Amino acid sequence: MNIVVLVKSIPDPSGDAELGDDLLVKRDGEGSLDPGDEYAVEEALQLAEASDGEVTVVSMGPEGAVSAIRRALSMGAHRAVVVTDDALRGSDVLATARVLAAAIGRAPFDLVLTGVESTDGYTGTLPMTVAELIGVPAVTFARKVDVTDDGIRVERQTEAGYDVVESTLPALATVTAAASEPRYPTLKGIMGAKQKPLETLSLADIGLTVDDVAATQRVAAVEPAAQKGPGEVVQGDAAAGRVADLLAEAKVI
Amino acid sequence: MATIWVFAEVGPDGPTSAALELLTKARELGDAEAVALGPGAASAAASLGEHGARTVYASDDPVYDEFLAQPVAHALHALVQGHAPDLILFATTYASRDVAGRLQAKTGTALMSNAIDVTSIDRVRTQIAGGTLLVDVELQGPSPRLVLCRPKSFVAEPVGGTADVVPVDVDIPDALRTAHRVERHEESAAGPKLEEAKVVISGGRGMQDAANFGLLDQLAAVLGNAAVGASRAVVDAGWVPYSYQVGQTGKTVKPDVYIAVGISGALQHVVGMKGAKRIVAINKDPDAPIFRLADLGVVADALQFLPALIDEVRSRKGA
Repeated sequence: MNIVVLVKSIPDPSGDAELGDDLLVKRDGEGSLDPGDEYAVEEALQLAEASDGEVTVVSMGPEGAVSAIRRALSMGAHRAVVVTDDALRGSDVLATARVLAAAIGRAPFDLVLTGVESTDGYTGTLPMTVAELIGVPAVTFARKVDVTDDGIRVERQTEAGYDVVESTLPALATVTAAASEPRYPTLKGIMGAKQKPLETLSLADIGLTVDDVAATQRVAAVEPAAQKGPGEVVQGDAAAGRVADLLAEAKVI
Repeated sequence: MATIWVFAEVGPDGPTSAALELLTKARELGDAEAVALGPGAASAAASLGEHGARTVYASDDPVYDEFLAQPVAHALHALVQGHAPDLILFATTYASRDVAGRLQAKTGTALMSNAIDVTSIDRVRTQIAGGTLLVDVELQGPSPRLVLCRPKSFVAEPVGGTADVVPVDVDIPDALRTAHRVERHEESAAGPKLEEAKVVISGGRGMQDAANFGLLDQLAAVLGNAAVGASRAVVDAGWVPYSYQVGQTGKTVKPDVYIAVGISGALQHVVGMKGAKRIVAINKDPDAPIFRLADLGVVADALQFLPALIDEVRSRKGA
């Protein structure tokens, strides 16, 4: 089974977002593999191991994205493709989906996996846009993915519980944290990752033009949100009484 | 005047509250119309009309419910081509995100997710960095622009109109009947829903163990009209079902009082609860970020503090 995993390199997820003069979040320096995508990498590795298949990591990002890609390779992915191009800086979700779809389409695949949404942008629609562009069915929010004789059987989280969804292949699925526990790269994995094929492509290499990735949106203004100052802080024996006072003020007791 | 569509999800009790909220905003921006696809759509038209939709494009065909996203996106795109709306509003939910994502691939038009306001037909406000920065985004290029709004961004207000119901009759090719929903499992929860409760009590890692969530249930029971939620960390750890999750990928709540117990205040949690009228945070770490937005912070070990709070509330209710 040939599996493609879409991953994103994001700025340090524990740091504060820093904006540049163009009002875009700065993405200089080395990025980290989006923790949400690690679940997809793990799920892909498990499905590939069970079927003697291979895992290809596909990403779009600045040059610093390579360290995030290496992380996926050191976990065990077989090869990687990263699309890097100056014309892609600040790309919106449609442009990104077009780039990823074009990169996926360069080789045959059975299944595309990715996280449910990026940790930094959290638009949450990109996987489905990619699925539509590559013309495959998709199941989002998978908490369990099983391969069957006819395709895949997925437990999909819903607001009220979960659904079971069956789909033919090729297909795309987004996986949640409940799907798998990502493995840590071993030293052997980290050393081996350096030898694995990592292909860097430009926009032209995947057959797209600057017009295909033209922005459909522009950041017009950014302002700090009004923040409540830190309120009263209490501790000790009187604390329970003070919380009860607040509940009474709010008329809920 | 601009034509604003609301993509209305329909549940067993009619249109979702999120759909009715979006109609409030749609009316403000132009002529409001709604699209409802799947069982119950036609009968949802009355409520949608009452909330300001002049026209409801509806089909009760179960194909829209049995197969994920592809039939709905196909039909919605056919309607877009026929009627050329300027803007389509969706709620940030699982189903609508899927439909909007697919639709964008077909229309090639601008899409904005996680909007908290739509100030004009081409300008949307969102928040980043856990709600500390407000960003105004201008949508460019051809219509329709697609905007996903976080639930509870607007207040649903009936205006007492009646909608014309236009039946949707779009042929759905077999090729789009591929991701098939074959089973549905619903976890029934006792007490009020998270989104509707006056008080929401959420637990995080500081609860130390799944079994300790019983203390939160006890507090909710003593308060009445209270629901228990959770941070993503403990949902990921499998302590409580996903339906408990408050935050970016979970539910958005705006209760009268939100009590965060043993929750550090990660950005992705904060976006789901910062709209609460009053916020109480209980955490043993005085530097926890959650204290920055709490009206009242209690520096204490949750497991020691909760029994004292339960007793206090019980004695006041008894008084």
